[in-house]
Amino acid sequence: MNRKASIDLSFFPGCSLDTTATENNLSLNSLFNRIGYNLVELDDWNCCGSSSAHSINSELASDLATRNLSLAPKGRPLVAACPSCLLRLQDAHFHLKKNDEERLRYEERWGRPFDPELKILHFFEILDGIDLLSFAKDRTKRLDGLRFVPYYGCMLAHPPDLTREKEYHGLMEKILASLGATPLSWPHASQCCGTFLSVARPDIVTPLVDRIIQGARDAGTDCIITACAMCHLNLEVRCSLKKTIPTLYFTEVLSLALGSDEHKTWFSRHLVDPKPLLRSKGLIQ
Amino acid sequence: MKADRQFPSKELIKSNHLNLDFVSEIEKISGVNINKCYHCKTCAGGCHFYQTTDYPPNSVIRLAQLGLRNEALECSTIWLCVGCHTCSIQCPMGIDMAGFMDGLRQIAIREEVVIAEPDILNFHRDVLHTIKRHGRTHKLEVMLRYKARKWDWFSDLAVGLKMFSKGKLHLMPSKIKAIGEIRKIFAPRPDGVIYE
Repeated sequence: MNRKASIDLSFFPGCSLDTTATENNLSLNSLFNRIGYNLVELDDWNCCGSSSAHSINSELASDLATRNLSLAPKGRPLVAACPSCLLRLQDAHFHLKKNDEERLRYEERWGRPFDPELKILHFFEILDGIDLLSFAKDRTKRLDGLRFVPYYGCMLAHPPDLTREKEYHGLMEKILASLGATPLSWPHASQCCGTFLSVARPDIVTPLVDRIIQGARDAGTDCIITACAMCHLNLEVRCSLKKTIPTLYFTEVLSLALGSDEHKTWFSRHLVDPKPLLRSKGLIQ
Repeated sequence: MKADRQFPSKELIKSNHLNLDFVSEIEKISGVNINKCYHCKTCAGGCHFYQTTDYPPNSVIRLAQLGLRNEALECSTIWLCVGCHTCSIQCPMGIDMAGFMDGLRQIAIREEVVIAEPDILNFHRDVLHTIKRHGRTHKLEVMLRYKARKWDWFSDLAVGLKMFSKGKLHLMPSKIKAIGEIRKIFAPRPDGVIYE
Protein backbone atom coordinates (compact mmCIF):
# COMPACT_ATOMS: atom_id res chain seq x y z
CA MET A 1 0.00 0.00 0.00
CA ASN A 2 1.04 3.53 -0.65
CA ARG A 3 1.77 5.24 2.66
CA LYS A 4 2.47 8.70 1.25
CA ALA A 5 0.20 11.56 2.27
CA SER A 6 -2.66 11.87 -0.19
CA ILE A 7 -2.74 14.55 -2.86
CA ASP A 8 -5.75 16.87 -3.05
CA LEU A 9 -7.60 17.23 -6.36
CA SER A 10 -10.63 19.46 -7.01
CA PHE A 11 -13.57 17.33 -8.05
CA PHE A 12 -16.59 18.27 -10.16
CA PRO A 13 -19.20 15.51 -9.68
CA GLY A 14 -22.00 16.93 -11.85
CA CYS A 15 -25.72 16.20 -11.51
CA SER A 16 -25.59 12.54 -12.56
CA LEU A 17 -22.91 11.47 -10.10
CA ASP A 18 -24.78 13.44 -7.47
CA THR A 19 -28.04 11.48 -7.99
CA THR A 20 -28.65 8.68 -10.52
CA ALA A 21 -25.01 7.56 -10.51
CA THR A 22 -24.15 7.78 -6.80
CA GLU A 23 -22.48 4.37 -7.11
CA ASN A 24 -20.09 5.84 -9.67
CA ASN A 25 -19.28 8.70 -7.31
CA LEU A 26 -18.76 6.48 -4.27
CA SER A 27 -16.61 3.95 -6.10
CA LEU A 28 -14.53 6.72 -7.69
CA ASN A 29 -13.83 8.26 -4.29
CA SER A 30 -13.05 4.87 -2.80
CA LEU A 31 -10.66 4.10 -5.67
CA PHE A 32 -8.88 7.43 -5.46
CA ASN A 33 -8.44 7.19 -1.70
CA ARG A 34 -6.78 3.84 -2.20
CA ILE A 35 -4.29 5.17 -4.70
CA GLY A 36 -3.36 8.21 -2.64
CA TYR A 37 -5.63 10.98 -3.92
CA ASN A 38 -8.26 12.95 -2.11
CA LEU A 39 -11.12 14.26 -4.24
CA VAL A 40 -12.24 17.60 -2.79
CA GLU A 41 -15.72 18.40 -4.11
CA LEU A 42 -15.87 21.84 -5.72
CA ASP A 43 -17.70 23.98 -3.19
CA ASP A 44 -21.22 24.95 -4.34
CA TRP A 45 -20.75 23.69 -7.91
CA ASN A 46 -23.67 24.07 -10.33
CA CYS A 47 -24.92 22.08 -13.32
CA CYS A 48 -22.52 22.39 -16.29
CA GLY A 49 -25.50 23.16 -18.54
CA SER A 50 -25.54 19.67 -19.98
CA SER A 51 -26.85 19.15 -23.51
CA SER A 52 -29.73 21.50 -22.96
CA ALA A 53 -28.10 24.89 -22.37
CA HIS A 54 -25.98 24.99 -25.53
CA SER A 55 -28.95 23.85 -27.60
CA ILE A 56 -30.84 26.95 -26.58
CA ASN A 57 -28.27 29.68 -25.98
CA SER A 58 -24.47 29.72 -26.15
CA GLU A 59 -24.03 32.50 -23.59
CA LEU A 60 -26.17 30.68 -21.07
CA ALA A 61 -24.17 27.48 -21.66
CA SER A 62 -20.91 29.35 -21.24
CA ASP A 63 -22.03 31.12 -18.04
CA LEU A 64 -23.21 27.90 -16.39
CA ALA A 65 -19.87 26.26 -17.12
CA THR A 66 -17.67 29.25 -16.26
CA ARG A 67 -19.19 29.75 -12.81
CA ASN A 68 -17.75 26.36 -11.91
CA LEU A 69 -14.34 27.37 -13.27
CA SER A 70 -14.46 30.49 -11.09
CA LEU A 71 -14.95 28.32 -7.98
CA ALA A 72 -11.90 26.13 -8.59
CA PRO A 73 -9.08 26.81 -6.11
CA LYS A 74 -5.79 27.76 -7.72
CA GLY A 75 -2.92 25.36 -7.89
CA ARG A 76 -4.68 22.03 -8.20
CA PRO A 77 -6.32 20.32 -11.14
CA LEU A 78 -10.08 20.06 -11.52
CA VAL A 79 -11.13 16.46 -12.11
CA ALA A 80 -14.44 15.30 -13.59
CA ALA A 81 -15.83 11.83 -14.18
CA CYS A 82 -18.80 12.65 -16.42
CA PRO A 83 -17.52 12.96 -20.02
CA SER A 84 -20.23 15.49 -20.85
CA CYS A 85 -19.47 17.77 -17.87
CA LEU A 86 -15.77 17.51 -18.68
CA LEU A 87 -16.33 18.64 -22.25
CA ARG A 88 -18.47 21.61 -21.19
CA LEU A 89 -15.87 22.75 -18.65
CA GLN A 90 -12.94 22.27 -21.04
CA ASP A 91 -14.79 24.03 -23.84
CA ALA A 92 -15.65 27.02 -21.63
CA HIS A 93 -12.04 27.27 -20.42
CA PHE A 94 -10.71 27.04 -23.98
CA HIS A 95 -12.93 29.90 -25.16
CA LEU A 96 -12.10 32.09 -22.16
CA LYS A 97 -8.40 31.65 -22.85
CA LYS A 98 -8.88 32.60 -26.49
CA ASN A 99 -11.27 35.50 -26.15
CA ASP A 100 -10.46 38.70 -24.22
CA GLU A 101 -14.03 39.96 -24.37
CA GLU A 102 -15.41 36.77 -22.85
CA ARG A 103 -12.79 36.90 -20.13
CA LEU A 104 -13.85 40.43 -19.22
CA ARG A 105 -17.47 39.30 -19.06
CA TYR A 106 -16.40 36.39 -16.84
CA GLU A 107 -14.59 38.61 -14.38
CA GLU A 108 -17.43 41.11 -14.30
CA ARG A 109 -19.99 38.36 -13.82
CA TRP A 110 -18.25 36.32 -11.13
CA GLY A 111 -15.95 38.90 -9.50
CA ARG A 112 -13.32 36.20 -9.27
CA PRO A 113 -10.08 36.07 -11.28
CA PHE A 114 -9.75 33.77 -14.29
CA ASP A 115 -7.07 31.09 -14.02
CA PRO A 116 -5.73 30.34 -17.51
CA GLU A 117 -3.45 27.66 -16.02
CA LEU A 118 -6.31 25.61 -14.53
CA LYS A 119 -5.98 22.00 -15.62
CA ILE A 120 -9.32 20.28 -16.29
CA LEU A 121 -8.87 16.53 -16.41
CA HIS A 122 -10.84 13.36 -16.75
CA PHE A 123 -10.00 10.95 -13.95
CA PHE A 124 -8.52 8.64 -16.61
CA GLU A 125 -5.62 11.08 -16.81
CA ILE A 126 -4.67 10.32 -13.20
CA LEU A 127 -4.98 6.55 -13.68
CA ASP A 128 -2.95 6.53 -16.89
CA GLY A 129 0.55 5.36 -16.10
CA ILE A 130 -0.17 4.19 -12.55
CA ASP A 131 0.56 0.54 -11.77
CA LEU A 132 -2.74 -0.23 -10.07
CA LEU A 133 -1.70 -3.77 -9.25
CA SER A 134 0.84 -2.37 -6.78
CA PHE A 135 -2.10 -0.98 -4.78
CA ALA A 136 -3.99 -4.29 -4.67
CA LYS A 137 -3.82 -6.24 -1.44
CA ASP A 138 -1.15 -8.98 -1.85
CA ARG A 139 -0.76 -7.85 -5.48
CA THR A 140 -3.43 -10.39 -6.41
CA LYS A 141 -4.94 -10.18 -9.89
CA ARG A 142 -8.45 -10.32 -8.55
CA LEU A 143 -10.13 -9.86 -11.93
CA ASP A 144 -8.79 -13.15 -13.31
CA GLY A 145 -11.54 -14.83 -15.30
CA LEU A 146 -13.69 -11.73 -15.79
CA ARG A 147 -14.44 -11.19 -19.46
CA PHE A 148 -15.61 -7.71 -20.42
CA VAL A 149 -16.31 -5.44 -23.35
CA PRO A 150 -15.22 -1.81 -22.88
CA TYR A 151 -17.94 0.73 -23.63
CA TYR A 152 -16.70 4.28 -24.15
CA GLY A 153 -19.79 5.68 -25.88
CA CYS A 154 -18.91 9.10 -27.25
CA MET A 155 -16.39 9.98 -24.54
CA LEU A 156 -13.44 9.54 -26.90
CA ALA A 157 -14.79 12.08 -29.40
CA HIS A 158 -13.95 15.76 -29.06
CA PRO A 159 -15.12 18.81 -30.99
CA PRO A 160 -12.41 20.11 -33.39
CA ASP A 161 -11.44 22.94 -30.97
CA LEU A 162 -10.42 20.39 -28.36
CA THR A 163 -8.65 17.82 -30.52
CA ARG A 164 -5.44 18.57 -28.63
CA GLU A 165 -7.00 17.24 -25.43
CA LYS A 166 -5.91 13.73 -24.57
CA GLU A 167 -8.06 10.83 -25.56
CA TYR A 168 -8.01 7.44 -24.00
CA HIS A 169 -8.60 4.76 -26.60
CA GLY A 170 -7.79 1.42 -25.01
CA LEU A 171 -7.16 2.74 -21.50
CA MET A 172 -9.91 0.70 -19.83
CA GLU A 173 -8.69 -2.46 -21.58
CA LYS A 174 -5.06 -1.81 -20.62
CA ILE A 175 -5.77 -1.11 -16.95
CA LEU A 176 -8.33 -3.87 -16.42
CA ALA A 177 -6.09 -6.40 -18.19
CA SER A 178 -3.24 -5.42 -15.86
CA LEU A 179 -5.51 -6.54 -13.01
CA GLY A 180 -6.32 -9.89 -14.64
CA ALA A 181 -9.53 -9.21 -16.62
CA THR A 182 -9.87 -10.24 -20.26
CA PRO A 183 -11.01 -7.58 -22.73
CA LEU A 184 -13.01 -8.81 -25.72
CA SER A 185 -13.25 -6.88 -28.95
CA TRP A 186 -16.65 -5.83 -30.24
CA PRO A 187 -17.99 -3.28 -32.69
CA HIS A 188 -19.94 -1.05 -30.30
CA ALA A 189 -17.23 0.37 -28.00
CA SER A 190 -17.66 3.91 -29.33
CA GLN A 191 -21.31 3.82 -30.34
CA CYS A 192 -23.36 6.69 -28.88
CA CYS A 193 -25.93 5.53 -26.27
CA GLY A 194 -28.53 8.07 -27.41
CA THR A 195 -28.08 10.27 -24.30
CA PHE A 196 -30.99 12.62 -23.61
CA LEU A 197 -33.09 11.31 -26.51
CA SER A 198 -33.93 8.57 -24.02
CA VAL A 199 -36.61 10.88 -22.59
CA ALA A 200 -38.26 12.41 -25.65
CA ARG A 201 -37.52 9.71 -28.22
CA PRO A 202 -37.23 6.32 -26.48
CA ASP A 203 -38.35 4.83 -29.80
CA ILE A 204 -34.95 5.82 -31.20
CA VAL A 205 -32.86 4.92 -28.16
CA THR A 206 -34.33 1.48 -27.46
CA PRO A 207 -33.22 -0.12 -30.77
CA LEU A 208 -29.83 1.56 -30.36
CA VAL A 209 -29.38 0.15 -26.86
CA ASP A 210 -30.70 -3.25 -27.91
CA ARG A 211 -28.07 -3.42 -30.66
CA ILE A 212 -25.33 -2.57 -28.15
CA ILE A 213 -26.48 -5.15 -25.58
CA GLN A 214 -26.99 -7.83 -28.24
CA GLY A 215 -23.52 -7.02 -29.57
CA ALA A 216 -22.10 -7.57 -26.09
CA ARG A 217 -23.91 -10.89 -25.76
CA ASP A 218 -22.66 -11.98 -29.18
CA ALA A 219 -19.10 -11.17 -28.13
CA GLY A 220 -19.50 -13.68 -25.30
CA THR A 221 -18.75 -11.25 -22.50
CA ASP A 222 -19.67 -11.45 -18.80
CA CYS A 223 -20.42 -7.74 -18.56
CA ILE A 224 -20.13 -4.32 -20.16
CA ILE A 225 -17.79 -1.87 -18.46
CA THR A 226 -18.40 1.85 -18.91
CA ALA A 227 -17.02 5.04 -17.42
CA CYS A 228 -20.05 7.22 -18.28
CA ALA A 229 -23.10 7.69 -16.07
CA MET A 230 -25.38 8.58 -19.00
CA CYS A 231 -24.35 5.47 -20.94
CA HIS A 232 -24.87 3.35 -17.84
CA LEU A 233 -28.37 4.67 -17.31
CA ASN A 234 -29.45 4.22 -20.92
CA LEU A 235 -28.08 0.68 -21.13
CA GLU A 236 -30.00 -0.19 -17.98
CA VAL A 237 -33.35 1.49 -18.62
CA ARG A 238 -33.78 1.30 -22.39
CA CYS A 239 -32.94 -2.33 -23.14
CA SER A 240 -36.00 -4.25 -24.33
CA LEU A 241 -34.24 -7.61 -24.82
CA LYS A 242 -35.38 -10.53 -22.69
CA LYS A 243 -31.79 -11.48 -21.92
CA THR A 244 -29.76 -8.51 -20.87
CA ILE A 245 -26.31 -8.23 -19.34
CA PRO A 246 -24.94 -6.29 -16.35
CA THR A 247 -23.19 -2.99 -16.95
CA LEU A 248 -20.56 -2.07 -14.39
CA TYR A 249 -18.78 1.19 -13.77
CA PHE A 250 -15.06 1.13 -14.47
CA THR A 251 -14.51 2.64 -11.01
CA GLU A 252 -16.59 -0.09 -9.31
CA VAL A 253 -14.55 -2.87 -10.93
CA LEU A 254 -11.23 -1.15 -10.17
CA SER A 255 -12.20 -0.63 -6.53
CA LEU A 256 -13.14 -4.30 -6.23
CA ALA A 257 -9.86 -5.33 -7.86
CA LEU A 258 -7.96 -3.30 -5.29
CA GLY A 259 -9.80 -5.08 -2.50
CA SER A 260 -12.44 -2.51 -1.55
CA ASP A 261 -15.20 -3.80 0.72
CA GLU A 262 -17.33 -0.65 0.61
CA HIS A 263 -19.44 -1.89 -2.27
CA LYS A 264 -22.65 -2.79 -0.41
CA THR A 265 -24.46 0.37 -1.50
CA TRP A 266 -23.09 0.35 -5.04
CA PHE A 267 -24.42 -2.82 -6.65
CA SER A 268 -27.82 -2.71 -4.98
CA ARG A 269 -28.46 0.46 -7.00
CA HIS A 270 -28.08 -1.26 -10.37
CA LEU A 271 -31.26 -2.00 -12.28
CA VAL A 272 -29.63 -5.04 -13.87
CA ASP A 273 -28.24 -6.94 -10.88
CA PRO A 274 -24.50 -7.59 -11.27
CA LYS A 275 -24.18 -9.38 -7.91
CA PRO A 276 -24.64 -12.99 -9.17
CA LEU A 277 -21.89 -12.41 -11.73
CA LEU A 278 -19.53 -10.80 -9.21
CA ARG A 279 -20.17 -13.60 -6.73
CA SER A 280 -19.48 -16.26 -9.35
CA LYS A 281 -16.13 -14.58 -10.05
CA GLY A 282 -15.34 -14.41 -6.34
CA LEU A 283 -15.25 -10.61 -6.36
CA ILE A 284 -17.92 -10.16 -3.69
CA GLN A 285 -19.24 -12.46 -0.99
CA MET B 1 -37.39 7.54 -41.26
CA LYS B 2 -39.75 9.50 -43.40
CA ALA B 3 -41.37 7.41 -46.13
CA ASP B 4 -41.00 10.10 -48.77
CA ARG B 5 -37.31 10.63 -48.18
CA GLN B 6 -35.52 10.46 -51.48
CA PHE B 7 -32.03 11.50 -52.56
CA PRO B 8 -31.54 13.18 -54.86
CA SER B 9 -34.90 14.92 -54.70
CA LYS B 10 -36.95 14.82 -57.86
CA GLU B 11 -37.95 18.40 -57.31
CA LEU B 12 -35.80 21.22 -58.50
CA ILE B 13 -34.64 23.75 -55.95
CA LYS B 14 -36.69 26.88 -56.27
CA SER B 15 -34.31 29.79 -56.32
CA ASN B 16 -36.69 32.62 -55.54
CA HIS B 17 -36.41 32.40 -51.77
CA LEU B 18 -32.75 31.59 -51.29
CA ASN B 19 -31.03 33.31 -48.42
CA LEU B 20 -27.44 33.72 -49.48
CA ASP B 21 -26.28 35.33 -46.22
CA PHE B 22 -27.30 32.28 -44.24
CA VAL B 23 -23.79 30.77 -44.14
CA SER B 24 -22.29 33.89 -42.59
CA GLU B 25 -25.24 34.24 -40.21
CA ILE B 26 -24.52 30.70 -38.97
CA GLU B 27 -20.82 31.45 -38.65
CA LYS B 28 -21.63 34.54 -36.62
CA ILE B 29 -23.77 32.67 -34.10
CA SER B 30 -21.77 29.43 -33.91
CA GLY B 31 -18.26 30.25 -35.08
CA VAL B 32 -18.48 27.39 -37.58
CA ASN B 33 -17.56 27.96 -41.23
CA ILE B 34 -19.60 25.43 -43.17
CA ASN B 35 -18.17 26.50 -46.52
CA LYS B 36 -15.24 24.21 -45.75
CA CYS B 37 -17.57 21.22 -46.34
CA TYR B 38 -17.09 19.49 -49.70
CA HIS B 39 -19.71 16.82 -49.05
CA CYS B 40 -17.59 13.70 -48.75
CA LYS B 41 -20.48 12.44 -46.54
CA THR B 42 -18.15 10.89 -43.97
CA CYS B 43 -20.32 12.50 -41.28
CA ALA B 44 -23.41 10.78 -42.67
CA GLY B 45 -21.62 7.42 -42.71
CA GLY B 46 -20.64 7.74 -39.07
CA CYS B 47 -23.87 9.25 -37.71
CA HIS B 48 -25.57 6.98 -35.17
CA PHE B 49 -28.91 8.65 -35.85
CA TYR B 50 -28.80 8.68 -39.64
CA GLN B 51 -31.74 6.28 -39.92
CA THR B 52 -34.03 8.49 -37.86
CA THR B 53 -33.29 12.00 -39.12
CA ASP B 54 -34.86 13.56 -42.18
CA TYR B 55 -31.49 14.71 -43.57
CA PRO B 56 -27.99 13.36 -42.97
CA PRO B 57 -25.64 15.95 -41.37
CA ASN B 58 -23.92 17.06 -44.58
CA SER B 59 -27.28 17.58 -46.29
CA VAL B 60 -28.21 20.08 -43.58
CA ILE B 61 -24.96 21.88 -44.41
CA ARG B 62 -25.96 21.73 -48.10
CA LEU B 63 -29.37 23.23 -47.35
CA ALA B 64 -27.65 26.05 -45.50
CA GLN B 65 -25.06 26.58 -48.25
CA LEU B 66 -27.86 26.84 -50.80
CA GLY B 67 -29.61 29.38 -48.64
CA LEU B 68 -32.63 27.13 -48.06
CA ARG B 69 -33.16 28.71 -44.69
CA ASN B 70 -36.56 27.32 -43.70
CA GLU B 71 -35.74 23.82 -44.87
CA ALA B 72 -32.62 23.82 -42.68
CA LEU B 73 -34.30 25.38 -39.65
CA GLU B 74 -37.34 23.14 -39.78
CA CYS B 75 -35.60 19.79 -40.26
CA SER B 76 -35.55 17.16 -37.53
CA THR B 77 -31.80 16.53 -37.79
CA ILE B 78 -30.94 19.68 -35.84
CA TRP B 79 -32.93 18.38 -32.85
CA LEU B 80 -31.99 14.71 -33.09
CA CYS B 81 -28.28 15.50 -33.24
CA VAL B 82 -27.09 14.88 -29.66
CA GLY B 83 -23.64 16.39 -30.22
CA CYS B 84 -21.72 13.14 -29.77
CA HIS B 85 -18.94 14.55 -32.03
CA THR B 86 -18.52 11.22 -33.84
CA CYS B 87 -18.85 13.03 -37.18
CA SER B 88 -16.51 15.83 -36.14
CA ILE B 89 -13.61 13.50 -35.38
CA GLN B 90 -14.10 11.85 -38.76
CA CYS B 91 -14.55 15.07 -40.76
CA PRO B 92 -11.49 15.67 -42.97
CA MET B 93 -12.15 19.42 -42.80
CA GLY B 94 -12.53 19.50 -39.01
CA ILE B 95 -16.00 21.04 -39.11
CA ASP B 96 -17.62 21.35 -35.69
CA MET B 97 -20.92 19.74 -36.62
CA ALA B 98 -22.33 19.90 -33.08
CA GLY B 99 -21.55 23.63 -32.98
CA PHE B 100 -23.26 24.09 -36.36
CA MET B 101 -26.38 22.26 -35.11
CA ASP B 102 -26.37 24.43 -31.95
CA GLY B 103 -26.34 27.51 -34.16
CA LEU B 104 -29.30 26.30 -36.25
CA ARG B 105 -31.29 25.34 -33.15
CA GLN B 106 -30.69 28.75 -31.64
CA ILE B 107 -31.79 30.55 -34.84
CA ALA B 108 -34.85 28.27 -35.09
CA ILE B 109 -35.87 29.16 -31.52
CA ARG B 110 -35.26 32.88 -32.02
CA GLU B 111 -37.31 33.00 -35.22
CA GLU B 112 -40.09 30.81 -33.89
CA VAL B 113 -40.11 28.57 -36.97
CA VAL B 114 -41.96 25.24 -36.88
CA ILE B 115 -39.94 23.02 -34.54
CA ALA B 116 -39.61 19.52 -36.02
CA GLU B 117 -39.14 17.86 -32.61
CA PRO B 118 -41.08 19.96 -30.09
CA ASP B 119 -40.77 17.27 -27.40
CA ILE B 120 -37.00 17.52 -27.49
CA LEU B 121 -37.06 21.32 -27.20
CA ASN B 122 -39.55 21.02 -24.34
CA PHE B 123 -37.25 18.57 -22.61
CA HIS B 124 -34.33 21.01 -22.89
CA ARG B 125 -36.51 23.77 -21.44
CA ASP B 126 -37.61 21.53 -18.57
CA VAL B 127 -33.98 20.76 -17.75
CA LEU B 128 -33.13 24.48 -17.77
CA HIS B 129 -36.14 25.23 -15.60
CA THR B 130 -34.80 23.00 -12.81
CA ILE B 131 -31.29 24.44 -13.20
CA LYS B 132 -32.74 27.93 -12.80
CA ARG B 133 -34.62 26.89 -9.67
CA HIS B 134 -31.93 24.85 -7.94
CA GLY B 135 -28.64 25.45 -9.73
CA ARG B 136 -28.59 21.75 -10.58
CA THR B 137 -30.85 19.47 -12.57
CA HIS B 138 -33.52 17.65 -10.63
CA LYS B 139 -34.39 14.60 -12.70
CA LEU B 140 -37.68 13.77 -11.00
CA GLU B 141 -38.93 17.32 -11.53
CA VAL B 142 -37.74 17.29 -15.17
CA MET B 143 -39.64 14.06 -15.77
CA LEU B 144 -42.81 15.25 -14.01
CA ARG B 145 -42.87 18.56 -15.89
CA TYR B 146 -42.19 16.81 -19.17
CA LYS B 147 -44.90 14.19 -18.61
CA ALA B 148 -47.42 16.74 -17.34
CA ARG B 149 -46.94 18.87 -20.42
CA LYS B 150 -47.63 15.86 -22.65
CA TRP B 151 -50.38 14.57 -20.38
CA ASP B 152 -48.57 11.25 -20.62
CA TRP B 153 -48.26 9.60 -17.23
CA PHE B 154 -47.90 5.97 -18.15
CA SER B 155 -45.32 5.48 -20.90
CA ASP B 156 -42.32 5.40 -18.57
CA LEU B 157 -44.03 4.67 -15.28
CA ALA B 158 -42.41 1.25 -14.83
CA VAL B 159 -38.95 2.60 -15.53
CA GLY B 160 -39.55 5.59 -13.25
CA LEU B 161 -40.72 3.42 -10.36
CA LYS B 162 -37.78 1.08 -10.78
CA MET B 163 -35.34 3.99 -10.76
CA PHE B 164 -37.08 5.44 -7.74
CA SER B 165 -36.92 2.16 -5.84
CA LYS B 166 -33.19 1.93 -6.56
CA GLY B 167 -32.63 5.42 -5.20
CA LYS B 168 -31.84 6.88 -8.62
CA LEU B 169 -34.61 9.49 -8.62
CA HIS B 170 -34.37 11.78 -5.64
CA LEU B 171 -37.52 13.33 -4.21
CA MET B 172 -35.71 16.46 -3.11
CA PRO B 173 -33.49 18.47 -5.44
CA SER B 174 -29.79 18.97 -4.80
CA LYS B 175 -29.52 22.74 -4.39
CA ILE B 176 -26.68 25.20 -4.52
CA LYS B 177 -26.21 27.95 -1.90
CA ALA B 178 -25.48 30.92 -4.16
CA ILE B 179 -28.68 30.55 -6.19
CA GLY B 180 -28.58 34.33 -6.80
CA GLU B 181 -25.60 33.82 -9.11
CA ILE B 182 -27.63 31.34 -11.17
CA ARG B 183 -30.69 33.60 -11.30
CA LYS B 184 -28.39 36.31 -12.65
CA ILE B 185 -27.47 34.04 -15.56
CA PHE B 186 -31.14 33.39 -16.30
CA ALA B 187 -32.16 37.08 -16.14
CA PRO B 188 -34.32 38.22 -19.11
CA ARG B 189 -32.18 38.93 -22.13
CA PRO B 190 -32.28 41.99 -24.38
CA ASP B 191 -32.71 39.77 -27.46
CA GLY B 192 -35.86 38.23 -25.94
CA VAL B 193 -34.70 34.60 -26.02
CA ILE B 194 -36.71 32.55 -23.55
CA TYR B 195 -34.63 29.91 -21.85
CA GLU B 196 -37.25 27.80 -20.23
